[in-house]
Amino acid sequence: MSTRGAPALTRGVSRIANTAVKRISGLRGSVVWAGLRRRFKGLGRTSVIGIPYIWLLAFFLIPFVIVLKISLAETQIAQPPYTSLWYWVEHKYLNIRMNLGNYQYLIQDSLYWSAYLNSVKIAAVSTLFCLLVGYPIAYGIARARPDRRILLLMLVILPFWTSFLIRVYAWIGILKTNGLINNLLMALGIIDTPLVMMQTDFAVYLGIVYSYLPFMILPLYANLEKLDLTLLEAAADLGCRPAKAFFRVTLPLSLPGILAGSMLVFIPAVGEFVIPALLGGPDTLMIGRVLWDEFFSNRDWPVASAVAIALLLLLVIPIVLFQYNQARAAEANS
Amino acid sequence: MAEPSQAPAEFQPWRDSDETPYVRIDRVTKKFGDFVAVYELDLDIYRKELFCLLGASGCGKSTLLRMLAGFEQPSGGRILIDGVDMADIPPYERPVNMMFQSYALFPHMNVEQNVAFGLKQGKLPAAVVRERTTEMLELVKLGQFAKRKPHQLSGGQRQRVALARSLVKKPKLLLLDEPLAALDKKLREHTQFELMNIQEQVGVTFIVVTHDQQEAMTLATRIGVMDEGELIQVGTPTDIYEFPQTRFVADFIGSVNIFAGKLIVDEPDHVVIHSPEAGTDIFVNHGVSAGPDADVWAAIRPEKIHVTRDDPGQPQNCITGIVDEVAYMGDFSVYLVKLETGKIVRITQPNLLRGNPERILWDERVYVYWDASSPVVVTK
Repeated sequence: MSTRGAPALTRGVSRIANTAVKRISGLRGSVVWAGLRRRFKGLGRTSVIGIPYIWLLAFFLIPFVIVLKISLAETQIAQPPYTSLWYWVEHKYLNIRMNLGNYQYLIQDSLYWSAYLNSVKIAAVSTLFCLLVGYPIAYGIARARPDRRILLLMLVILPFWTSFLIRVYAWIGILKTNGLINNLLMALGIIDTPLVMMQTDFAVYLGIVYSYLPFMILPLYANLEKLDLTLLEAAADLGCRPAKAFFRVTLPLSLPGILAGSMLVFIPAVGEFVIPALLGGPDTLMIGRVLWDEFFSNRDWPVASAVAIALLLLLVIPIVLFQYNQARAAEANS
Repeated sequence: MAEPSQAPAEFQPWRDSDETPYVRIDRVTKKFGDFVAVYELDLDIYRKELFCLLGASGCGKSTLLRMLAGFEQPSGGRILIDGVDMADIPPYERPVNMMFQSYALFPHMNVEQNVAFGLKQGKLPAAVVRERTTEMLELVKLGQFAKRKPHQLSGGQRQRVALARSLVKKPKLLLLDEPLAALDKKLREHTQFELMNIQEQVGVTFIVVTHDQQEAMTLATRIGVMDEGELIQVGTPTDIYEFPQTRFVADFIGSVNIFAGKLIVDEPDHVVIHSPEAGTDIFVNHGVSAGPDADVWAAIRPEKIHVTRDDPGQPQNCITGIVDEVAYMGDFSVYLVKLETGKIVRITQPNLLRGNPERILWDERVYVYWDASSPVVVTK
């Protein structure tokens, strides 16, 4: 009986406690109180969702509209160095003057086209190399012992502790005629005359692949780490050799990771300015450099803005459409 | 101990000394670091057998299966399949297919591609691959789902795809790891019979790993009960259920009442066990292979114990107690009767009459008795 008494006692106590709680909440449980609480709850949710939107609005959409506005103006030697889009005539007529000439100029002058195409080419090739180098690394980390994975991932992220600019500068020291590689090869007697590596497309590719590799590795790792290893056992069980199983099972299943990593490398690489400016030669034509020259050398803000807008439209719209299709396909699958 | 009586026409290759085993597991040990998953295990499995490895989770049964498939290498001992030592043979070259517990269906392939995957690894012409795949999908009744992806299927359908995929290469040996664990009870029973039908149709040797004793009982030609990496007992379902050799096996398969005691009479045709726990001497009408005064345990199945209000007039194997709990299970009722010694005895009785007004209720004083042939006496 005593053993049964103990739970009964606890039950009794908790019942009393429950009633007390109900009584107290009953006092507060007026309609006004509930309404206030509900409204406050709604406010909390709105503000949590709203703050990032306000951020995006203030720091992405508004600057974009300003750049769009400048791209439709004309250049002038003044402060600011472009004309206003609208002005009042006789204090009652609002005149709006949009100059589409900047865009016409972009289409007519082959410099912009070739710079754009060259940027896409350099970015695409760099993305491919990032994939070829990054995939084995991501695969290796994902297959490493769980306690080592954190360390290996840290090593991938480690370069971010140093400024991007300094890391690109460091490559100059490695690649230049009197640099690390040439000195080493000459000292070993492998070459007599220094190799020309600086100010070539090779240096630009190297710089981009080096700088953006972590952005390829991380999404790939996240994907490969989730791969169910029993699928590979199943493939082996059904007579599939490991190499073939990689191409039939692992690779198709890591496609989302490959796409995510490629996007993260390709998009910033197209607009890359620092790497071609520091490592590339004068003939390395990339849209980011053209934009810089328009803006700072020619001080032609309207054309520079038009270049920026055109770059954005040509780059972002296909990607948005692609993502939209992907999302739809994913939805149809689930 | 008496041997179970089996009809001679039954399929019992393990009794035939001329038969060579198809799978021979020879003193196989598997260690993971300090942990011994399987310890010096010997087991022979014959062609067309449906062998169930039964044990609690972590007993090493899955490790044994994975060694047969080639995903783990034994730390010691040999595995021979059809007389060939499997030591240096990688999984993709073994004449073995496995159905995984998680099914491991390729999520990026549809049902048809999943099933055809194994066939495409060989050099079969495309037409043959298509034909065999279709044939297999018909066998598991999934023809109309051929173009679906695994995530568009129900659990039962996925399980059938996995089965079809593992059978399509016509393996000599099929390994099934908890094949029915993810299914609900109805579907599980249905699939058990389907599995047995398929086995009869294709004539494969099956090794099934399960923790579900009901499943093992229904499916198996023989059951191997495993505990802590060792085989405790191997035998037919009847052997295992009616003639368990240890307390562990008796307790693991079904429920059982175990009375500890001492052997006080040890004759070839009967024994008497003095059990203070039972409050009576237990009379058993068969001999036991243990010396006098040995510590033994008498195991009695709940369905082999009777419970009545009136004295059955049986001088032996009869005790009184108070009904502590009654549970109505539909087809039978479970009674927990508290003996005078304080020991609780579990008894099941079929519900033969509908709404029986005479049924025994809580706190009633009852007689508990059993036949002298019912107890199984184990020494460990």
